[in-house]
Amino acid sequence: MLTRIFALLMAVFMAAPALAQDGPLRLTITDGVIEPLPFAIPTFEAETSGSEQLAQDITRLAAQDLTNTGLFREIPASAFISNPAGFGTPLQFADWRAINAQAVIRGAVAVNGDQVSVKFRLYDVFTGEELGEGLQFAGTQQGWRRMAHKVADAAYSRITGEGGYFDSRVVFVSESGPKDNRQKRLAIMDYDGANLQYLTDSSSIVLAPRFSPRGDRVLYTTYESGFPRINVLDVASVGRQQVNTAEGEMAFSPRFSSDASRVIYSLTNGGNTDLYITDIASGQHTRLTEAPSIETSPSFSPDGTQIAFESDRSGTPQLYIMPIGGGESRRISFGDGRYGTPVWSPRGDLIAFTKQNAGRFHIGVMRTDGSEERLLTASPLDEGPTWSPNGRVLMFTRESLGASGTSSLYTTDVGGLNLRAVPVEGGASDAGWGPLQP
Amino acid sequence: MTFTTKALVVLLALATTACTRPDRFGGADGADGMAGANAGAAANAGPQGAAGDPSSPQYFSQTIGDRVLFSVDSIALTPEGRSTLDGQAQWLQTNSDYLAIIEGHADEVGTREYNIGLGSRRANAVREYLVSRGVPTSRLRTISYGKERPIEVCSDESCYSRNRRAVTVISVGSMS
Repeated sequence: MLTRIFALLMAVFMAAPALAQDGPLRLTITDGVIEPLPFAIPTFEAETSGSEQLAQDITRLAAQDLTNTGLFREIPASAFISNPAGFGTPLQFADWRAINAQAVIRGAVAVNGDQVSVKFRLYDVFTGEELGEGLQFAGTQQGWRRMAHKVADAAYSRITGEGGYFDSRVVFVSESGPKDNRQKRLAIMDYDGANLQYLTDSSSIVLAPRFSPRGDRVLYTTYESGFPRINVLDVASVGRQQVNTAEGEMAFSPRFSSDASRVIYSLTNGGNTDLYITDIASGQHTRLTEAPSIETSPSFSPDGTQIAFESDRSGTPQLYIMPIGGGESRRISFGDGRYGTPVWSPRGDLIAFTKQNAGRFHIGVMRTDGSEERLLTASPLDEGPTWSPNGRVLMFTRESLGASGTSSLYTTDVGGLNLRAVPVEGGASDAGWGPLQP
Repeated sequence: MTFTTKALVVLLALATTACTRPDRFGGADGADGMAGANAGAAANAGPQGAAGDPSSPQYFSQTIGDRVLFSVDSIALTPEGRSTLDGQAQWLQTNSDYLAIIEGHADEVGTREYNIGLGSRRANAVREYLVSRGVPTSRLRTISYGKERPIEVCSDESCYSRNRRAVTVISVGSMS
């Protein structure tokens, strides 16, 4: 029941009309504003002595993951009628119905040396049943945040019928220094800004890192050699090497194909920028475009058969799609203004983009045929969207203007709701959102 | 553009040295830009130093003018720009031991990757003009910084117009 009705909510959410939902879950959508689903998450039981703090921390982080989506509202513990009994005991559904909790998450945490195990169960209060089977995650104390994210992913996934995205990482460009002497270095962090690590130093410009489909490697543009070239970096070892592209003055804007066998990128020769693909194993290069215009920001469709890219062949930058195996490209953006940085949704249904119009920048989405364009954000300078692994949230760069302008990362959901700053120390730009971790 | 093999080898070798690695100087010295820093490096490396010396890179950047500006989205050279480039071409022909890297830049109003393409077009427009004035292609190399290296930091046209530029950076080198 919970799943079915929430799925309806998500479907409606895309179009965001006014709707009042009768029935047990009492979801109300009015003027595009969602009434978040109320849930309770009593502090997880500490099964071993000394695990109380960890149980508390994991509970709070899982709750934060869910509430930060804007789709869930946590009922505070002060409203609980009875103290929740132990993890293994039956849930007193009447007590949770009385406070209008529609879902209850219970869990237990045990610590054995450095090993932590987390058990969790999810209940649909109105049907009085458990939603899915109980789950158990094991990890190290240091990796406790991942276990909290996994709990939240499981709850989110069971309630919405969608994949989760909390146990994922983001690679980005960390920025420091004034605008006319900006230092840039690659960094990686959890999706929520925690566990930041630097992957390169700031001795040369780095741009637009993008994960491999499995999240083990990162492609990025670097001026390390003095001229823009494409590097691939192994996340675990932080070892990096230059990708052997076709010959040109500059190579930039790389992205992996969905099977990671190929790299697509822009190559510039004689001031003309075109798209190329290099097969990593064979080293074979294929030129995809031959126009005198700028072709850049290519992105594969999830099935690998098509690419979306940006071109100014019409006179202004616009979005195009073309089959990878050859054939005509077709323009898909026709609204006012300029369009760039198309990124194919991992679900395949939408293209996210940057739009410039009337002095403002927007992050938007449209269907792959260009229909149903929706602008999700507006600011003096927004750009570079990247999709959450489930295709429900976009992270992007927002830059403030003027001499003291700095870059920050923000997220919005595909409905254009729930705009949030990602807490990162210092400036941050060019996020590339990785896959759900195994 | 195609380099002769020899020229390419020379340029690649130079690219590994501090004085011709464009990014090394990054624009850290503000309004003087990379050209000033590179000119200084070149001067230190060679016998010619004073800006008053017409064969010095300082003379090139300060007296002849090392940059041309562009209007929004444009790669068209203005009459002033052509005049500056005529001077650059003449200097490069007179001082044939030097190579030049032409840096293309864009203002911040545009997406990062498109602006790299746009900066490259601007650099190439300058290269083609210099070649048309007799500078051998093999002595010129281009690079684009897109919007990564503004010299002016405000967010209005007074700054944007100075950031939309192509800068000819003289570097030490010999074609022999």
